[in-house]
Amino acid sequence: MGAAGGPLMEALGELWSFLTTDDNWWGEHGIANRTWVHVKISALSLLVAALVAGPPAVAFGHLRRGGSAVVGIVNLGRALPSFGILALVLPLSIQFGFGLGFWPTVVPLVLLGIPPIFANTFTGIRSADPGVVEAARGMGLARRQVLAQVELPLATPLIITGLRVSAVQIIATATLGALVGLSSLGSFITEGLARFDNGRMLTGGLLVALLAITTEVAFSVTERVLTPWVRVSGGGRSRRQRLRRGDPEPIPVDEVPNFGPL
Amino acid sequence: MTAAVVAQAELRDQLVSWDWISRRYDEIWDATVSHLWLTVFAVGVGFLISVVLSAVALRWRRTYAPIAWVTGFLYTIPSLALFAFLVPLFGLGFVPAQVALVSYTLLILIRNIVAGVDGVPAAVKEAADGMGYGALRRFFAVDLRLATPTIIAGVRIAMVTVVGLVTITALIGEGGYGVFILDGLRRTFPTPVMLGITLSVVLAVSIDLVLILVERMLTPWARRGVR
Repeated sequence: MGAAGGPLMEALGELWSFLTTDDNWWGEHGIANRTWVHVKISALSLLVAALVAGPPAVAFGHLRRGGSAVVGIVNLGRALPSFGILALVLPLSIQFGFGLGFWPTVVPLVLLGIPPIFANTFTGIRSADPGVVEAARGMGLARRQVLAQVELPLATPLIITGLRVSAVQIIATATLGALVGLSSLGSFITEGLARFDNGRMLTGGLLVALLAITTEVAFSVTERVLTPWVRVSGGGRSRRQRLRRGDPEPIPVDEVPNFGPL
Repeated sequence: MTAAVVAQAELRDQLVSWDWISRRYDEIWDATVSHLWLTVFAVGVGFLISVVLSAVALRWRRTYAPIAWVTGFLYTIPSLALFAFLVPLFGLGFVPAQVALVSYTLLILIRNIVAGVDGVPAAVKEAADGMGYGALRRFFAVDLRLATPTIIAGVRIAMVTVVGLVTITALIGEGGYGVFILDGLRRTFPTPVMLGITLSVVLAVSIDLVLILVERMLTPWARRGVR
């Protein structure tokens, strides 16, 4: 691809000229408003997914039941193409009067956001050290107090991980909302593809990528700040230390892979 | 209202029109071949790259963190955003689709290859060294073979992930089953969408089952206690 230098410089030039044109920033279809729409729909979907998935995951984890159901949910979530769900919800949304854009996009986003939150929360609560739970019970704590004071704090890192994985996937998929009439950052990409406008397309790609990476980093930092005591199973070293030493944990098929950089 | 328009309207009122599907067996077959090819090619190329990068990471531990960081970064970039970067460089079609798909497999595969090889008992590695195996020969003949279960776990996740992502490549002119989904989306006609989703899930599950069998064939020593 030795000739890629030409098209690359050209594309970057088009990106620059798109970004420096004032008109592209303001108005309903401008960068500012579309970024806001993208963030808004992602935040709302994440919130709904957390409300739907969180409580049952805590309950199942506390009772130490339903592990195989979790595996099923995770695998189904991975196999279902979100693009397809989006396309399927669109005609239904039109039929039932919810229209284009926002609502047909929210449904697949919420569905997509549920498995990571559910599985990580479940695993986090369930894997609380039985010895610690026993000790708390022995000190006279009621079951509910054990959950609130022992299991939930211990599960915090994994709960945040679940939210992080969910959030990044939701932001990525909100991009596809452009296909059903949502004026989000993805619209720059679909419009750019349709009009052969590289500047427009690259702008969309850059902003979506930035938003996803920023979210990833923000959640990672939050996790670190909230859980200074964190220990990862196996070797008792934190994920960061493990990475520095170069010994990753494998991703088992029947658990939740938590991807992404640190 | 001509008869054709009425027929079309009737079609749209049901979720799945079997009649529509039954007239498209050839297209379904072509889409299947294309979806499978896009998936297997991407995971295959991704696997080769991952083996090389894993070998580097295992040989020089310090390189693991940057490799993990870069592949993690790639994994975090949404697919549509990645297409936006690739189309200006490669145009539409197979090449940008593959670059994107391959980049999504690396993190999963490298993590599992490195962790799998790490899990090979030290005694086995020493025995291989003692039998005069060179570093490279040991890596391919002993380390990778014994790490097979962990590696296959990674390949399974990568395959299922890529099968889903292939549908989105319909937007840049590839797509396999995604072509049906895009068609249904553009005409707000549910039948091709249902067809695309169902076939995509069936393909993902089938590939997964095949890989479970492959794992059993490759690890005859683990006959008992296979998960």
